[in-house]
Amino acid sequence: MSDLFGTESWWVVIVKAVLIFVVLVVYTLFNIWFERRVVAKMQHRVGPNVHGPFGLLQSLADGVKLALKEDIIPTAADKVVYVLAPIIATIPAFMAWAVIPFGPEVKIPFTDTVTPLQLTDLPVGVIYVLAVTSIGIYGIVLAGWSSGSTYALLGGMRSSAQMISYEIAMGLTFVSVFLYAGSMSTAAIVEAQEGMWFFIPLFPAFVIYVIAMVGETNRAPFDLPEAEGELVGGFHTEYSSLKFALFFLAEYVNMVTVSALATTLFLGGWRAPYPIAFWDGANEGYWPVLWFLGKTLAFIFLFIWLRGTLPRMRYDQFMKFGWKWLIPAALAWTVLVMIVRKVQSDLTLDRQTLLIVAACVAVVLLLVSLIPESKKADEVEDEVEFDAFAGGFPVPPMPGRQTSTDRTDQTETTATSTTSREE
Amino acid sequence: MTDADVPGAREVVVGVGAGAAGFDHERGGGGPGSSIATTDMVLNVGPQHPATHGVLRLRLTLDGERVVACEPIVGYMHRGVEKLFEVRDYRQIIVLANRHDWLSAFSSELGVVMAVEHMLGMEVPERAVWLRTMLAELNRVLNHLMFLGSYPLEIGAITPMFYAFRERETIQEVMEEVSGGRMHYMFNRVGGLKEDVPAGWTGRVRAAVAAVRSRMPQIEDLVLGNEIFRARTRGIGYLSPELVHAYGVSGPIARASGVDLDLRRDEPYLAYGTLADEGVLEVVTRTEGDSYARYCCLVDQVRVSLALVDACLAHLEDLPPGPVGVRLPKIVKAPEGSTYVWTENPLGLNGYYLVSRGEKTPWRLKLRSASFNNVAVLPHVLTGCVVADMVAVLGSMFFVVGDIDK
Amino acid sequence: MRVPGRGLLTGLAVTWRAMTRRSVTQHYPEVAPDLPPRSRGVIALQEENCTSCMLCARECPAWCISIDSHQEVEPATTEGGRDRSHSVLDSFDIDFSLCMYCSICIEVCPFDALHWSPEFEYAETDIRDLTHGRDRLREWMWTVPPPQPLDPHAVDPKELDAARKAAEADDASGTGP
Repeated sequence: MSDLFGTESWWVVIVKAVLIFVVLVVYTLFNIWFERRVVAKMQHRVGPNVHGPFGLLQSLADGVKLALKEDIIPTAADKVVYVLAPIIATIPAFMAWAVIPFGPEVKIPFTDTVTPLQLTDLPVGVIYVLAVTSIGIYGIVLAGWSSGSTYALLGGMRSSAQMISYEIAMGLTFVSVFLYAGSMSTAAIVEAQEGMWFFIPLFPAFVIYVIAMVGETNRAPFDLPEAEGELVGGFHTEYSSLKFALFFLAEYVNMVTVSALATTLFLGGWRAPYPIAFWDGANEGYWPVLWFLGKTLAFIFLFIWLRGTLPRMRYDQFMKFGWKWLIPAALAWTVLVMIVRKVQSDLTLDRQTLLIVAACVAVVLLLVSLIPESKKADEVEDEVEFDAFAGGFPVPPMPGRQTSTDRTDQTETTATSTTSREE
Repeated sequence: MTDADVPGAREVVVGVGAGAAGFDHERGGGGPGSSIATTDMVLNVGPQHPATHGVLRLRLTLDGERVVACEPIVGYMHRGVEKLFEVRDYRQIIVLANRHDWLSAFSSELGVVMAVEHMLGMEVPERAVWLRTMLAELNRVLNHLMFLGSYPLEIGAITPMFYAFRERETIQEVMEEVSGGRMHYMFNRVGGLKEDVPAGWTGRVRAAVAAVRSRMPQIEDLVLGNEIFRARTRGIGYLSPELVHAYGVSGPIARASGVDLDLRRDEPYLAYGTLADEGVLEVVTRTEGDSYARYCCLVDQVRVSLALVDACLAHLEDLPPGPVGVRLPKIVKAPEGSTYVWTENPLGLNGYYLVSRGEKTPWRLKLRSASFNNVAVLPHVLTGCVVADMVAVLGSMFFVVGDIDK
Repeated sequence: MRVPGRGLLTGLAVTWRAMTRRSVTQHYPEVAPDLPPRSRGVIALQEENCTSCMLCARECPAWCISIDSHQEVEPATTEGGRDRSHSVLDSFDIDFSLCMYCSICIEVCPFDALHWSPEFEYAETDIRDLTHGRDRLREWMWTVPPPQPLDPHAVDPKELDAARKAAEADDASGTGP
């Protein structure tokens, strides 16, 4: 952890805070465009290409359009909470970025001031991110509750359950990173990855984190709170204009936040990727910002790729997956890492790599057999042949005696009637 | 089905959030056996809802996310088409007939003209018969592709829609070239077709069919094998053969439940008899009766229909040159009497009961459209599902709202 | 047994491959679509052919065609001959907000005054502006493509047959040019 934190002059802090805000908003605008272009390419389309070069200004135009739209507050809504909810959702999304390291210490141009490319650092930086992003959930829950709509309520309910469950799995994966880095500060974690990026030794944790981060941000295939096919818009069904834009912004900032966290914790943070790392200047000056944003963008691409490919999971399947697979797997992995670390330090075993590899394989196997398939399909009873043309015209069995509950009984009765006809 | 059928379901005023009237103890909550006061919510899915693609309205009674009761409310799109038929001559009826189910326009036109031809005892030229068969099958592919794309979309996969539409576009191009229309072909006439096909068109059909066939695996790869899709659809929305019979469910949905009824084979019309004898016409059935089986049925039917188009093209090559229509008098009048004609439309059985008093307009033309029956069975299938399954089931019932409401 | 997760990966591979391919989007306003000649875009009126016989207006299932005409009397050219009267078209309006694009009017027209044109860019911001008069309809006549040649297996349309027979009859009688 750099000594400079907490001792910097006020203007440096303000400049960095404003810069982070600006970068995030611009990055969000870029990401919306990026997502639309990439998904379009995956669907044989072109995507936005009219406004600005390559359509880059499309998101800006959309933002302006949203701002100019009529702001509707439903009669059934709880006005104070309804207005507050998007604000509660958005502010924490930005706040999390206070501890994300963009790069090493740099000299601010035209001055002699040296400062790390990070707003501040806390000894519990990662925990701070977790805590702050959790507050964002309140925004969504309150939005769903205060809208006065069933759809919104269901969406809000789903999202609270979803985010809370996936946060557990997410938090557990952090533990193994902490064990390896020996610190909870983000800057220290990046420093600890100088030799090897953590996603190699901690691969299962990385995989669990990636799954959990998709769940945490309500993105496809886990976008249940806003499942447009079922819940219209989920928690933001009743929102319009700038309030909706705030939710939109919060979602995309959250996406970048979890991606940045993944980069920081597992992909070496701002460190240059493998081939470029041989160049001496790669990890100095302002270059690391580029590597950092690039790695984040790779995660964003993953988000988009998943969204372009996968259907949405069902709510209960998703919860089952989270609680029955992801959390136990994360827990098992954490315990395993602890044991390995302990054994390594006490006995100085040389076979540690072997152990880790074995563990990786075990957990990956566990993870891969994830989605439970419904067993009902196998239990379908034997079909009964029905002669639709028995009387020249098709004669249906009389409706009315049908109920969906005594399905098996009916099968038997029809079976007997069919046999009697054959006789 | 009304709420009275479901034990414990009582309608409550839904107001969530401020002033939640639903938490009123006198009106809501506390059905038999529930000591904790939980209220059932009434959720109106539709008439405007992304999952109902159209204006179907489902009145769901929910216990949490579980559907306790479901009541489809139809008629938002009722255009009185049967009444309109009565004041239109037979050519004008075709215009309306291809509009109630806008995804199977050609097949719907076909039923009307076949009914009139049947009344007139008219022999349709062979070339017209084969062309009609081929166009009907192309129309079937178009229809099925629509649902192959829209169903995954409802479950949350956004991409298959675009792949399906690319294939639709390929086929629609040849349909537009021959008929001039992209949706409402208006290409059937009593006694045959409007006009013959343009030169070189058959070659373009062959190319389009080959292109679609070669690209179908993309949709299948994207959707069918997907674990999430399977988890969402397998065992969901089980429709028993008994329910199929009781409600007159037909088409791919019925066949997915193991009801092996396909008029193309069982009561051949057009050239389907020959095609069935040649073995090109396979009737695709499944026994599982769940949403996954229904989707698989569609995928396989596309394959079969493409093969049928190829077979029709081969037959058309062998036919001697001939007309594609019968020359008609200025005013076509069906003789007095009645007839019932039914066809295997892409979505199921379409029936036309035509009563004529010898006028140039029908006295009555009753339309039995497939979607109405297919949707009528929903209360049985949906009760007990969760809201997310509601979408998975609803999408797999493959309906067109215009076809329900007529 | 299937390898779990394989379906997901196959799906991801499909979208990845699609991403590397060219898009199939038609760049409509920049690139005009190539529409087949039969495409039913708009109804064009060959005013000179119209005898205001009202067949199209009567047969239209949506009653979207309105025709006004008056009789003009042409004095007899020969002595003792009868005066000839013929209708002169005053107005010919098609309300495209009602039109169902069924092409019945075109089919029933005995003098080939109505034709389909693939032209489709006549959207308006006010529904009332969708009623187009004879001048506009006449303008569209210039966009009507020639009919496509028919399939070799097709028989010629009856008009062509009749014309050919007439020509043969002319040749046989030797009065032809």
